[in-house]
Amino acid sequence: MSVAYPVVFSALLFSVGVYGVLARRNAILVLMSVELMLNAVNLNLVAFDVWLRDALHGGQVLTLFTIVVAAAEVGLGLAIVLLLYRNRSNIDVDRQDTLREPEQEAR
Amino acid sequence: MTTPEIVFTALGVVAVGSGVLVVTTKQLVHAALWLVVSFGALAGMYLVLTAEFVAWVQVLIYVGAIVVLLLFGIMLTRAPIGPSEGLNSGNRTPALAVALGTAAVLVTLLVRGFKDARIDLDPGGGSGDALGEAIFREWVLPFEVLSVLLLAALVGAIVLSKGGNLPGRNGKGR
Repeated sequence: MSVAYPVVFSALLFSVGVYGVLARRNAILVLMSVELMLNAVNLNLVAFDVWLRDALHGGQVLTLFTIVVAAAEVGLGLAIVLLLYRNRSNIDVDRQDTLREPEQEAR
Repeated sequence: MTTPEIVFTALGVVAVGSGVLVVTTKQLVHAALWLVVSFGALAGMYLVLTAEFVAWVQVLIYVGAIVVLLLFGIMLTRAPIGPSEGLNSGNRTPALAVALGTAAVLVTLLVRGFKDARIDLDPGGGSGDALGEAIFREWVLPFEVLSVLLLAALVGAIVLSKGGNLPGRNGKGR
């Protein structure tokens, strides 16, 4: 199998994730898009590990570590989103503008 | 095209297609369910690449835990069940341009770079046996550090969601 297949699919998946992060307004949907991007990276890691036949299995072990870090990230991210919902009763990322520069509010 | 390539392409189309549905659907719950399809297809792709252990971990943690966590998040923020407007922000066109640009650059670069490289798919390289040995022989320190990180994330999530007497929080909203 050519290496081009996994890397092209992971590039496409990453671009889908980029679109989701930039275009979505709901914070949970943004988290889902981040997961898509992380999965694209995982696919790359596995593909290169299998291609290069790493004796230490660095790519696949790093994939497992990435999955664990992603789980921790989602746990913390959802805790923050829930806190945001409790305090503001909305989770739209472009309405969280407390730290915005004051002079831009005139627009 | 050989058989693994055909299977891999089919699974990849499913993964990318359901990924596109995740970022375009108008229903929050459907986005989480399409995410399950995407992750499942990715697990199949890992299987084709002979990374069995990673594939099962993907099914267990991503499909089993992370998506359930996201569904709980959707439930607890009282998202509407039906289609809802306003899930997309106003900058869809620039986002589409950036995503298409990223895809074009990456795909051109990677295809030109890795067109001739071949993967020999021998089973056994990603079995639980081989990976367990690698983790507990060579990568045991990162593994332990990671468990401390998980513990810290757990404590952080509990502290954040318990709320209560966090300093500097007025608890009233704006």
